[in-house]
Amino acid sequence: MQDPLALIIAVAQIAAALALFNGILTTMGQGKIAVAAIEAIARQPEASGSVTTTMFIGLAMAETSGIYGLLIAIILLFANPLIPIYLQSIVP
Amino acid sequence: MDFNNKVLWVLNIFGVEVWITQTILSTWIIMLVLIILAVVVRLTLRKWKQIPSGFQNVVELLVESFDGIVKSAAGEKHMGLGNWFFTVFAFVFFSNIVGIFGLRPPTADWATTFALAMATFILIQVMGIRHRKGKYLKSFFEPSFIFFPLNLIGELARPISLSFRLFGNVLAGMILTSLIYSAPIYLRFAIPAVLHVYFDLFSGIVQTYIFCVLSLTFIGIAATPGNET
Repeated sequence: MQDPLALIIAVAQIAAALALFNGILTTMGQGKIAVAAIEAIARQPEASGSVTTTMFIGLAMAETSGIYGLLIAIILLFANPLIPIYLQSIVP
Repeated sequence: MDFNNKVLWVLNIFGVEVWITQTILSTWIIMLVLIILAVVVRLTLRKWKQIPSGFQNVVELLVESFDGIVKSAAGEKHMGLGNWFFTVFAFVFFSNIVGIFGLRPPTADWATTFALAMATFILIQVMGIRHRKGKYLKSFFEPSFIFFPLNLIGELARPISLSFRLFGNVLAGMILTSLIYSAPIYLRFAIPAVLHVYFDLFSGIVQTYIFCVLSLTFIGIAATPGNET
C-alpha cells in the first residue's frame, strides 16, 4: 500500500461504476410502464391523452432511483468527500 | 472537461464578497429575456383582435394548453395555480434549453431546482391546510398514528426527489455534452449537435413538463377533500 490516495480514487471509481448498475432495473421498470401504456392505448385509442399524461408521470417516478444512482456516481467521481478528509489528515 | 461552476467575477459589496458564477449570469440573462417577452406581450395586448393570428395565436395556444394541463392535473378549483406554474414552466424551459447557446444551464445547479421544489413544498402545505383544514393534518396519522414518522419522511422527501430529478437530468446531459467537447477533433464532428438536440431540447421539454405536472398533481392531491393518501 504505497499511496492511500490512489486506493481511495480507485475504489471510488469502482463504486461509481457499481452505482450505475441500478440503471438496469430502472430501465426494465420504465419499459414495463411503456408496454402497459401502449396496451392501454391499443385497447382504447380515445383515452390516449390521459394515458400518455399518466405514463409520463409514472416514467418520472420510476426514473427517480436511476437519477439517485447517477448523482451518487457523479459525487464519487467529481466531488469525492473522502479526498479532502485524507488530505487534511496528512498535513499536520 | 470543464463543467465546474466557474466564478466569473468577485464583487465586493460593503465588505461582503459576492461571487458571480456562470449560473447567476445565465439566470439573469434568462430573466432579461423573459421580462422583454412579457413587456412585448403586454404592449401588443391592446392591438389584439377577436380572431387571433400570428404572434397572438402562439401566446393564446400556450396559455390555453397550459390551462388544460392545470385543469387535468390539479382540478378545476385550483386554476389560480396556473399563474405561478406558467412562470415556473417558462423559466425552467428557458433554463434547460440555454445550453444550446453555450451558456451553463441554471438548472444544472442544485440551488436553482431546490428553490423551485421548496416553493412547491410550501404550496402543498399551504393549499392542504387552507382547503382541508384539520383533515389535512390528520392525514399524516393515517392509517394509524404509528405511521406518522413514515408519512413525515415521505412528505419531506418530495422536494428532494422533485429537485434531484430535474437537476440530475440536466447535469447528466451537460456532463455528457462537455465530455464530447473535450474529445479529439474527429469525434467533435456532428455528434454534439445530436446530443444538444436530445439532451437540451427533448429532455429539457419533457423534464419541464414533468416538473410542472408532478407539482400540480401533488398540490391537487393535498388540496382535494376525500383524497386520503
